[in-house]
Amino acid sequence: MFDLERWQEIFETISKNKLRTFLTGLSVASGIFILVILLGIGEGMKNGIEREFQGDAANAIFVYPGVTTKEYKGLNPGRRIQLKNDDFEYTSAENKSELEFKSAVFRIFGGMVTFENESGSYRVEGVYPDYQFLENSSMVSGRFLNNRDVEESTKIVVLGNRVKMDLFKDSNDVLGKYVEISGIKFKVVGVYTDPGGEREESRVFVPITTAQKVFSGGNDINSLSYTLKAKETYEEALAASNNFTSKLETYLKGKHTIAPSDNSAIYINNMLENTKRFYDLIGMIKMFFWGVGICTIIAGVVGVSNIMLIIVKERTREIGVRKALGAQPLSIIGMVLHESIFVTSFAGLTGLIMGLVLLDFVGPMIQTDFIYNPTVNFNVALSTVVILIVAGAVAGFFPAYRAARIKPIIALRDE
Amino acid sequence: MITIKDLHKSYKTGNNSLHVLKGINFNVAEGELVSIMGSSGSGKSTLLNILGMLDEADTGSYTLDGVAIKNLNEKIAARYRNKFLGFIFQSFNLINYKSALDNVALPLYYQGMKRSERMDRAEAYLEKVGLAQWMDHLPNQLSGGQKQRVAIARALASDPKVLLADEPTGALDTKTSYEVMDLIQQINDEGRTILIVTHEPDIAQMTKRIVNLKDGLIIDDTKVNQVRALQNV
Ligand SMILES: Nc1ncnc2c1ncn2[C@@H]1O[C@H](COP(=O)(O)OP(=O)(O)O)[C@@H](O)[C@H]1O
Ligand SMILES: [Mg+2]
Repeated sequence: MFDLERWQEIFETISKNKLRTFLTGLSVASGIFILVILLGIGEGMKNGIEREFQGDAANAIFVYPGVTTKEYKGLNPGRRIQLKNDDFEYTSAENKSELEFKSAVFRIFGGMVTFENESGSYRVEGVYPDYQFLENSSMVSGRFLNNRDVEESTKIVVLGNRVKMDLFKDSNDVLGKYVEISGIKFKVVGVYTDPGGEREESRVFVPITTAQKVFSGGNDINSLSYTLKAKETYEEALAASNNFTSKLETYLKGKHTIAPSDNSAIYINNMLENTKRFYDLIGMIKMFFWGVGICTIIAGVVGVSNIMLIIVKERTREIGVRKALGAQPLSIIGMVLHESIFVTSFAGLTGLIMGLVLLDFVGPMIQTDFIYNPTVNFNVALSTVVILIVAGAVAGFFPAYRAARIKPIIALRDE
Repeated sequence: MITIKDLHKSYKTGNNSLHVLKGINFNVAEGELVSIMGSSGSGKSTLLNILGMLDEADTGSYTLDGVAIKNLNEKIAARYRNKFLGFIFQSFNLINYKSALDNVALPLYYQGMKRSERMDRAEAYLEKVGLAQWMDHLPNQLSGGQKQRVAIARALASDPKVLLADEPTGALDTKTSYEVMDLIQQINDEGRTILIVTHEPDIAQMTKRIVNLKDGLIIDDTKVNQVRALQNV
């Protein structure tokens, strides 16, 4: 391979047969190009989904009520389930030792939030202090609501960063100001940011007790959120959270007289399990992309192999002449293999670089929730290069074998 | 230089077997210029190919420059061809994408010679056949006679013991044929052993010995008074 003379021979044949070499290379280049793009998209999907999950604590469990679909104990289907404060109080107390964070949420959609001349419609959520951690929010300034706020039903509010931008623009003089929510004044005590992005930052948080009183919620709550205490391993954590969710489900169904088999009345969103499902899915998507990519490369390899076979056939007489002049079979094999590997590797690298460049330029412009920052990491790029060299050798093997076997006397007679 | 004894060769095609060489005995001394004559299909090329180790005899012995040529595998045959033999073909068999110079240098590449040395040698041989100015030309930019000269330079480049030429003038007009024969005679004058297959009597007369083949046997083997090609150009 490092025989300079051989390289000179290869370059000579390649440079004198540019079109043929170009066509050979094209199939491989496009194969690798497609592989890189697919892998990039796979990575992008992984990043995108990962980012979606970053929005909330990775082990959070959310409970939403729904509508019954089954008749149970004389109650008709179609009944809307309403969670109450005592659902939260009971489940929290019952599982106290297991729970890390917990919060009920009382939610008002489309609450008008106004500051001076600016106003907008945002989600207003009445929550407990723990909610900050359940949402993975962090403070930009000020503080989150605390236990005292909940106990005393203070009229304070924590703004999402988006809301702050909308209402206060660039001004940093936000804390201590009063905003109106549906006409009632609330004092701003903090501004938070959320890794879930704009959507999650277009909310304001108030103490749940305040929200229930001010917006006439009574004892109603809209959802429950929990996280469990950390476990040593992912498997343990998953088992614990599955155990907890099933306990929760049984309790809530019993309390609200819901048929155990009714899956629409209570939704339990177990992030940990979702995460696992998504990662499994991403794994499968990635494997699929690799599969498609490899198939494309195999098609390319078969293409190169075919073209090399044609080349060998075309060069039968030349090979005969070379043999008559003293070329050893091994040197003929080397010549064909070397050309094949060189062409595949060079073309493949071109495809690789073009793919990487495309990902680099187009990647950041992709604006969907499910693909984010599609890149191909160095190891993957390296593996494709290895694949290419192997592919080139495989593609060259049969033609080379055939070339070496041609008897000079027969080759020389070839027209 | 060459000794062959009781050489047999037959070709099998399907169920038929065609006995082409039926016991050839023949010697060539160093420095000889021999022509092998015979009608078409008499086995001339077959004989030359066996001498050139491009093909193998069924039975019989072959010694070249004191080396018994037997049990050849491709590897050894390639080495012997490179070391002992130079080929000149009727259809030149130049590699069409290589310049005249690169064509001549090719056997030296297979000898493992360094590029610079190889190019110097090749240039010297092209000069010898009068084509130094044409060294960068591709074969299709050369006339038939020039192509054959390049082929002769290539055959000489590895300094072989024996030159084997199968109808070297078969594709050339008379005048060009004689020019090529003149070159071959000059090379022979320098002491190189040369075998030429031809079916043209005038070409045969320009060698020093004519071996006549008929139905796979040598029917005649006579020394001739060499006609110098130059007189006829
Ligand atoms: N590879 C082969 N297979 C079968 N028959 C062959 C083969 N090569 C040559 N022959 C036959 O052997 C005979 C001698 O061929 P050849 O040596 O080429 O004759 P020449 O060169 O004297 O014209 C011819 O009849 C030819 O058809
Ligand atoms: Mg013949």
